[in-house]
Amino acid sequence: MLNLLNEAINRTGIKADKTIKNLNMNLTLKIWRQKNQNDKGGFESYQVSDVSPDMSFLEMIDVLNEDLVKEDKDPVHFDHDCREGICGTCSMVINGRPHGPKEGITTCQLHMRSFSDGDHITIEPWRAKAFPVIKDLVVDRTSFDRIQQAGGYVSVNTGGAPDANEIPIPKRIADEAFDAATCIGCGACVAACKNASAMLFVSAKVSQLAMLPQGQVERKTRVEKMVAQMDEEGFGACTNTGACAAECPKGIDLSNIARLNREYIGAKLKSENVS
Amino acid sequence: MSWFTKAFSTTIGRKLVMSLTGIFLILFLIEHLIGNLLLLNGDGGLAFNEFAHFMKYNRLIQIGEVVLFGGFLFHIIDGIILIRKNRKSRPVQYAVSNKSEVTSWASKLMGPFGIIILVFLIVHMYDFFRFKYFSPVADMPGTDISDLASLVYIKFQSVGYVAFYVIAMAVVGFHLYHGFQSAFQTLGVNHVKYSPIIKGLGVLYSIVVPLGMALIPIIIYINHITQQI
Repeated sequence: MLNLLNEAINRTGIKADKTIKNLNMNLTLKIWRQKNQNDKGGFESYQVSDVSPDMSFLEMIDVLNEDLVKEDKDPVHFDHDCREGICGTCSMVINGRPHGPKEGITTCQLHMRSFSDGDHITIEPWRAKAFPVIKDLVVDRTSFDRIQQAGGYVSVNTGGAPDANEIPIPKRIADEAFDAATCIGCGACVAACKNASAMLFVSAKVSQLAMLPQGQVERKTRVEKMVAQMDEEGFGACTNTGACAAECPKGIDLSNIARLNREYIGAKLKSENVS
Repeated sequence: MSWFTKAFSTTIGRKLVMSLTGIFLILFLIEHLIGNLLLLNGDGGLAFNEFAHFMKYNRLIQIGEVVLFGGFLFHIIDGIILIRKNRKSRPVQYAVSNKSEVTSWASKLMGPFGIIILVFLIVHMYDFFRFKYFSPVADMPGTDISDLASLVYIKFQSVGYVAFYVIAMAVVGFHLYHGFQSAFQTLGVNHVKYSPIIKGLGVLYSIVVPLGMALIPIIIYINHITQQI
């Protein structure tokens, strides 16, 4: 194809500065393969050739999987859904970093131009006790759902829908609450944390409601229940290293963790819950 | 468990214990450094010995000492519980670890540094603290107060011991470098005005206090060498 293009350019007689080069890459992938939760698992190496720099990382794995299917082999299982950076499903640790080498994006937003021809890429699943591997790169993140179910909700009165701007909320508070609410629950914070702690996730979910008037009814019970559930799931404690915020595709920052700590202290001091 | 112990048994609760005891121990270090600096008073250790005498017999200080032991104990025990819990949270490690640049390596090594400090603390208690209560030393000539200063001067005549002490203080410095500001974050203090001040104070404290502590044995050693010549 490229040869034809270059020939066509030559025929036009236009003096081209450069001939069009083939930028496609050949890569060596080292991918974690694990049949099921009970399987011990291990790494397997694969060659992928002619990878376009315009492909997303997931499309590159799609290409690999097509080859594997053609060879009658089991394709690499990985989680993916929206492929536009809002669902938070595409969990994988690429060369030691959740969602790969770029900041503020998910794996589906990572393009192959971030890599070079001949690169060796190691792909692992999220590693945490609370995120057991289901198969290959797919992990079970229902622990996050259970934390949400424990308290990540607000009471809403029945009846007619109130006016959207009936309750005044200062712009700054609304912005901060919205920033916290951008958490997509992808689990990169847990994957990045040396303690596999879910503090950034829980802090975002507590913050988005604690800051708003609508979240005041369950404010104290919410933080108590969500922290209790977080512990029950087996997530680690926070050492305030900041690795979570650095890897968060949505830029949730550490001030949320401080707020979670404040909410926790406040709830433990003031709530009438003694159980 | 009562609501009170439960509140301090969750991961956040245990971190609160680490934070509160940590700040208490940070304050203690200032007192310790001031006391140690009396060793360099140039009076053969008289001021240090008088200070040590006061610290031994003052009732309020005695109560404070029990609280201090409690602070150390809770900090160490909760620290060990958290290290164990954190290790269990990731049973399978990553094959490639290439975390972003923003995390300081001091923050990632809080546990190991803590363990090293614990080992130092045990040696330190055996070498010095035990003479306060358990193995009384002779009185300073011409006074009726124990001559603990001479004990210190003799210990730091060994270059190996001075080196051990200086390395331990470097580790204390790294532990404080992250611990100081982390303690406030755990308490929920995160403010656009005050957090930079706390971080700055933490860096300053983690350099000045361990450096001061480490300089004392170095100066004693240099004095010893120069006197020999």
